[in-house]
Amino acid sequence: MARAHVTFADSDVAGRGHAAYAAEIMDHPDIPSRDTHQSATFDGGFMLECGVALPSVTVAYSTYGALNAARSNAVLVCHALTGDQYVAERHPGTGKPGWWSQVVGPGRPVDTDRFFVICANVLGGCMGSTGPSSPRTDGPGASAPLDTLQWGTDFPPVTIRDMVRAQRLLIGHLGISRLFAALGGSMGGMQVLEWAATFPDMVFAAVPVATASFHSAQNIAFHEVGRQAIFADPDWAGGEYWRHDKIPARGLAVARMAAHITYLSEQALTRKFGRRLQTPVAGVTSMFGDMFEVESYLRHQGSAFVDRFDANSYLTITRAMDYFDLAADHDGDLAQAFRGTATRFCIASFDSDWLFPTAQSRAIARALNRAGANVSFVEIASDKGHDAFLLDEPDFHRTLSGFLSGCAEHAGL
Amino acid sequence: MSPHPPPAERPARSKLRFDLRLMSEMIAPGSRVLDIGSGDGTLIEYLFRTRNCDARGIEIDMAEVTHAVAHGLPVMHGDADTDLAHYPDGLFDYVVLSRTLQAVERPQEVLRQMLRIGTRALVSFPNFGHWQVRWQLVRSGRMPMTPTWDRPWYETPNIHPCTIRDFFALCEQEGYAVERWLAVDDEGRQAPWRRFPGLANLFGEQALFLLRRA
Repeated sequence: MARAHVTFADSDVAGRGHAAYAAEIMDHPDIPSRDTHQSATFDGGFMLECGVALPSVTVAYSTYGALNAARSNAVLVCHALTGDQYVAERHPGTGKPGWWSQVVGPGRPVDTDRFFVICANVLGGCMGSTGPSSPRTDGPGASAPLDTLQWGTDFPPVTIRDMVRAQRLLIGHLGISRLFAALGGSMGGMQVLEWAATFPDMVFAAVPVATASFHSAQNIAFHEVGRQAIFADPDWAGGEYWRHDKIPARGLAVARMAAHITYLSEQALTRKFGRRLQTPVAGVTSMFGDMFEVESYLRHQGSAFVDRFDANSYLTITRAMDYFDLAADHDGDLAQAFRGTATRFCIASFDSDWLFPTAQSRAIARALNRAGANVSFVEIASDKGHDAFLLDEPDFHRTLSGFLSGCAEHAGL
Repeated sequence: MSPHPPPAERPARSKLRFDLRLMSEMIAPGSRVLDIGSGDGTLIEYLFRTRNCDARGIEIDMAEVTHAVAHGLPVMHGDADTDLAHYPDGLFDYVVLSRTLQAVERPQEVLRQMLRIGTRALVSFPNFGHWQVRWQLVRSGRMPMTPTWDRPWYETPNIHPCTIRDFFALCEQEGYAVERWLAVDDEGRQAPWRRFPGLANLFGEQALFLLRRA
């Protein structure tokens, strides 16, 4: 029932603005890239938690390293809200190194000389997995030519569990019956928790980083600001911007700017930008004649984002995070989600992260204690805020490396 | 990256702090153990490697936690006074508290929690009844300072010192069965007087108790 594809990246990625990617790739011919990415399509219907069945589901993914003969060294990396499957290779769109290339690679904490690393674009995403910008092949207007009709905002709401179930299909497709480890930060950490709760026998070790077992009211509020910015952009066109060959660039950029502030700490912003003005122009006296460096930085973050991310995917995925409440799915008791688990956990948080503060990680660790689980829990000192999990944090990398090595010993790897 | 640390990094029996060694000898192989105040994880690694125990740790010092986890050991950041309440009844065969009882805020409650979540508790503490402590207080009228009690009163973390007799009394009051106990000097040497609580309380610098729910 599964069809595997290996296609040229620039012809396969869905969403708007990807023509620019191909141009960028050609601008950086010196950066190594595999130039292909893989995907698997599963026909026969995929029932979402909301009760809607997708006729088929495609999961785009990247792999690194080699699966051993016993198929016991697979590590699933789960990406965050705006991440993708390009963990440890040049991004085909931006030309930048993979988002976790400091963590995943030969000799890195997640050592690809030792582990077979898999990362899949989440369901609802825009880098090749089924999402709002995927062609719609059923329902009203399904007789229109393929590739001209997208799901758009008709794409059904997905949940973190739906994402995990799609990854589960991929893991099976790759012939893997048990993951040595699942790891990820932020929304990736939510997926790791969901993996451990839903498929406990398939996860030997779990590393949820800078995450929470539910999305807090404050975090939902920030997401809502971003969504309203997108809705307010006339180019969003009620979610049908793709019909008009437009993107809601301003709205999506503002959403990214607001979100980006939440990824940083006040210390990090002060350290990087302070109150410095960017190239003050002599004689200009208008209110916005000068620009603070931090403003310029945020605008850059916003404009760079709209080139690589689909607005409707942003809406879909932020909503999936908002809906996440693992305890609610287990009679309100998070420990119940992990009762009797044999999975070994390593929970890590960062002390300057105010988006997913340590208290939320500690609550997960305590729930795991109540469940009698084997759990390590560290709070890493860093002034870089939520983003720290993506950055060069030696203590975090040592922790991750040591934990995985310890687990490998217990797993007989 | 080898899954096994090089032999030089492994704790050798001779390098294990004597009270940890004495404790490990009291722990049955294959047990599930929680070490409260596990430090750099020496005891849990020793119990895992030599006694095939499922040994886990709680430690309040984050640098020690990071060190232990980076060494592949299951240690979580936590506080004996607040975090034991989150474990289910009887999860562990042994709960270990070495040289920490005198530093917790509520020693009586910590002991209760230890014997709630564990079948047995292994507790070591420095004995405030040692003759040098007594003599210094009598002679000078000031808070004693000895090699064991080496911090001035205004900055010591040891806010709840007790004597061996005090500890026996607490066990009786709480209804804990003392399965084994011993008193040693700072080098871990035991002496014939170990069978007599009065003498142990005078000459023992460190005490070790194995308790069971009565």
